[in-house]
Amino acid sequence: MKIAIASGKGGTGKTTVAVNLALSADNAQLLDADVEEPNANLFLHTKFSEERKVTVYVPEINKDRCTYCGECSKFCAYNALAVVPNKVLVFADLCHSCKGCELVCPEDAVGWRNREVGMLRRGEQNGISVVEGDLNPGESQAIPVIKAVKQEINLEKTVIIDAPPGTSCPVMEAIEDSDFVILVTEPTPFGLHDLKLAVDVTRRMKLPFGVVINRYGVGDKRVELYCQQEEIPVLLKIPHETLIASLYSDGEPFVNHMPALKQDFQELLTRIKQEVSS
Amino acid sequence: MKQVTIISGKGGTGKTTITAAFAALARNAVLADCDVDAADLHLILKPVVKKTVGFHGLAVATIDEEKCIKCMDCVNHCQFDAITEDIKIKYEACEGCGVCELVCPVNAATMIQRDSGLLFESETRFGPMVHARLNTAEESSGKLVTEVRHHAEDVAKKRDKDVVLIDGPPGVGCPVISAITGVDLVVIVTEPTFSGIHDLKRVIDVANHFEIPQAIIINKKDINPKKTNEIKSFCENHDIPLLGSIPYDTLATKAMIEEKAIPEYDKGNVTSSIIESWAALRNVLNLS
Repeated sequence: MKIAIASGKGGTGKTTVAVNLALSADNAQLLDADVEEPNANLFLHTKFSEERKVTVYVPEINKDRCTYCGECSKFCAYNALAVVPNKVLVFADLCHSCKGCELVCPEDAVGWRNREVGMLRRGEQNGISVVEGDLNPGESQAIPVIKAVKQEINLEKTVIIDAPPGTSCPVMEAIEDSDFVILVTEPTPFGLHDLKLAVDVTRRMKLPFGVVINRYGVGDKRVELYCQQEEIPVLLKIPHETLIASLYSDGEPFVNHMPALKQDFQELLTRIKQEVSS
Repeated sequence: MKQVTIISGKGGTGKTTITAAFAALARNAVLADCDVDAADLHLILKPVVKKTVGFHGLAVATIDEEKCIKCMDCVNHCQFDAITEDIKIKYEACEGCGVCELVCPVNAATMIQRDSGLLFESETRFGPMVHARLNTAEESSGKLVTEVRHHAEDVAKKRDKDVVLIDGPPGVGCPVISAITGVDLVVIVTEPTFSGIHDLKRVIDVANHFEIPQAIIINKKDINPKKTNEIKSFCENHDIPLLGSIPYDTLATKAMIEEKAIPEYDKGNVTSSIIESWAALRNVLNLS
């Protein structure tokens, strides 16, 4: 079973939910697909046993063959190639690796090299298997790193995917093919506004989902009312409590210190399992 | 005219709340919401839209089913798995490269314009604002961020404004890079938590990569005084100006519920720390 944890707004508690859920499951695999800010392991401290580079293909121009005709740069939708007299400039960070330049080149002058865009790390500790994608600083393309993370999915485990914030392509890549999506929000106007966007994405992708309200009690009732009106199940409310905030600030998962919440998370998992299998 | 982008790495540290508060204090600013994925600044600033412009991201492929001979050339060449086995375009996966159009032997694949969102030029009670709405499930948020910034610069020039205040997106990827490239200063709003500090360092790496000067604001400073001190010494050791430290107070949420910027709602500690941060920011930028 694959459960993705997402939210429109950042900082609502996706990672908190993902980590505490993994610690409450029997046989969990936690995938950190928030590759711009992979923070799940800050709370789990898993020693990674394996680390490898995530690479993408970028063009390499064979100078002996190139006639500077300009076909490649004319075709490139991403402005990743520019042809100046006797030189082809490759802006590798703009390249989407579509391989169109190779197809249009009449001289067979386009080859490919690997370019590192991020890292993939794996490890296992206390029965939780962790996979982390980490986008290199200054890199703009998160998608290849998210794809690499998702290739590590082990369906024999309860797979928990910590998705990035937002509502655009990286989120969709992270939650695609999940059996269930948990949308984490907070009971504030910003939380509600961005929850509606996240609901829109999840519905469009036809994925079953429910909501977890974090910092319950801090704001107003509009998130709950919205969920009621839209018939969206509110799966769990995590209270706005000083102890929770303080454990969080020190990088401590609260289920290790608050048994009642651990039970809530176990029940949440059971409920999701039932919904997925029904 | 100076440009300042407010970012954080980690989401939820208070970027938008602080941008709205600065907007209330600024006398001569243009506001730009570049968190186009989850734009929230308008919830406080209540812009009245004066002008709407359509935004088109990268193109998207379409297949003419009458012409298609199901040869699978497009499917086999698409690097984004955006064409299904029965030759249907997966709109969300298509990155608009045009390879299918190139390889199709019967001209059944065509690239068409994608309506990706809208861009608005507006007025608020604190001055002009440029913002956007990216349709959900779209690509190209970086491109839209760039367009919002161009419009905001134009407005600033036309109306003789001395600063463009940009509310940035979370993270360190494509939209963040578009929001900070070429600005005069990034202000990083951080919080004294384990993750907050981790992401602060990450976003500084990115700003350094593009050689952009940085300043820091610590929000919710009292939720972990030890970590607040850790950030303060980090600023000293790395020679990054600390503009101010703002206490945690639920009044920030209350102000948000009443759709007010903090200086409009509170006259106490929180507002005075924001006023100090704003003065320090103007000082760093040499604004009169």
